[in-house]
Amino acid sequence: MARITAGVATSHVPAIGAALDNGRSGEPYWRPLFAGYEFSKQWIARRKPDVVVLIYNDHASAFSLDIVPTFAIGCAPSFQPADEGWGPRPVPPVEGHPELASHIAQSVIQQDFDLTIINRMDVDHGLTVPLSLLFGQPERWPVRVIPLAVNVVLFPPPSGRRCFELGKALRNAVESFDTDLDVQVWGTGGMSHQLQGPRAGLINKEWDNRWLDRLIDDPGEVARIPHVEYLREAGSEGVELVMWLIMRGALQSKVRTIHRFYHVPASNTAVGHVILENAT
Amino acid sequence: MALEKPYSDIPGTVIFDADQARRGYHLNQFCMSLMKAENRTRFKGNERAYLDEWPMSEEQKQAVLARDFNRMIALGGNIYFLAKIFSTDGKSFQYTAAAMTGMTQEAYALMMLQGGRSPDGNRRVGETPAGKASDKEGK
Repeated sequence: MARITAGVATSHVPAIGAALDNGRSGEPYWRPLFAGYEFSKQWIARRKPDVVVLIYNDHASAFSLDIVPTFAIGCAPSFQPADEGWGPRPVPPVEGHPELASHIAQSVIQQDFDLTIINRMDVDHGLTVPLSLLFGQPERWPVRVIPLAVNVVLFPPPSGRRCFELGKALRNAVESFDTDLDVQVWGTGGMSHQLQGPRAGLINKEWDNRWLDRLIDDPGEVARIPHVEYLREAGSEGVELVMWLIMRGALQSKVRTIHRFYHVPASNTAVGHVILENAT
Repeated sequence: MALEKPYSDIPGTVIFDADQARRGYHLNQFCMSLMKAENRTRFKGNERAYLDEWPMSEEQKQAVLARDFNRMIALGGNIYFLAKIFSTDGKSFQYTAAAMTGMTQEAYALMMLQGGRSPDGNRRVGETPAGKASDKEGK
């Protein structure tokens, strides 16, 4: 049987990808950020899963305003890096897992979460920057990836509670798949940031860290935080954090914190990163 | 009955909600068209003529021509779509964010290095900078 062995959460700032792609990761500005992922790269080399279900959002790359799915799962055999306006990132294509993805779609829809099924899609920095942070710059990604895109661009995104519950449904789905697979769930985006208007540049270190504490120890409570608190406290783009709750819902209620990192700034954004494993 | 919008008192912030998305549909779709190199070339060749191919309001077109991103946002633009415009201009997110705040890019970058803009005084319109109001609504 397939099983979920760990959860990873990380911000997915595009400038991080650009720093890596342009060989600037050793510069004084970027060195402290990449240092926060050194442990993670060693950890994942030891605990490499077969499949990552990667929760992220598209940033007007694959989805225009013609179609805006709230939850969309990528069922294709592969996904190309998107051209976001300055050429695709020089990273390998992302190999999917159509059998598990289709199984998840069927199982999760039957648990009342109406996923949109995507069979053709390019993936942008929201998905590829987390892969780069954990795996560096390989010729080929060492895992298969099932993209799960969440709308957080057009308000309202799904509620924190809905995301948390989707995570639980995702766990049921994975655990009912009849092949022996090691699966991790990654939640991406956040933490506090605002990219628009006169309030751009907002960072709330205290709120971010308190939110992280509670995500780990009391996720049911964090799932009840209304959107307006994210917007007000963590910036208009900080609401991306609801995606981390899908990862958390896919784990058991008691988890061990394997790694935790927080850094300001990456361009306009506060970067957060945790690795969690089930306690039992 | 009108929908509740408890986020409407956040200073310097327009939430890209369903109403804004309706107003900004053609503006944002124009932005999406700039993901193709040939469209970027045509746009740069004659911005006004290119914009006139889209059923956008005159106000929206003027805001694009002036690169007034705050105005574009007020008229229904979303920053991830508008990013296609400043990418076409060869400008970065940080350059544009600084412009929207009225700061120089240097001053904005320094603010970020020093920990970013504090939420204190920036949670609600009319809040005093020392304000420590907790967030009660929306429960």
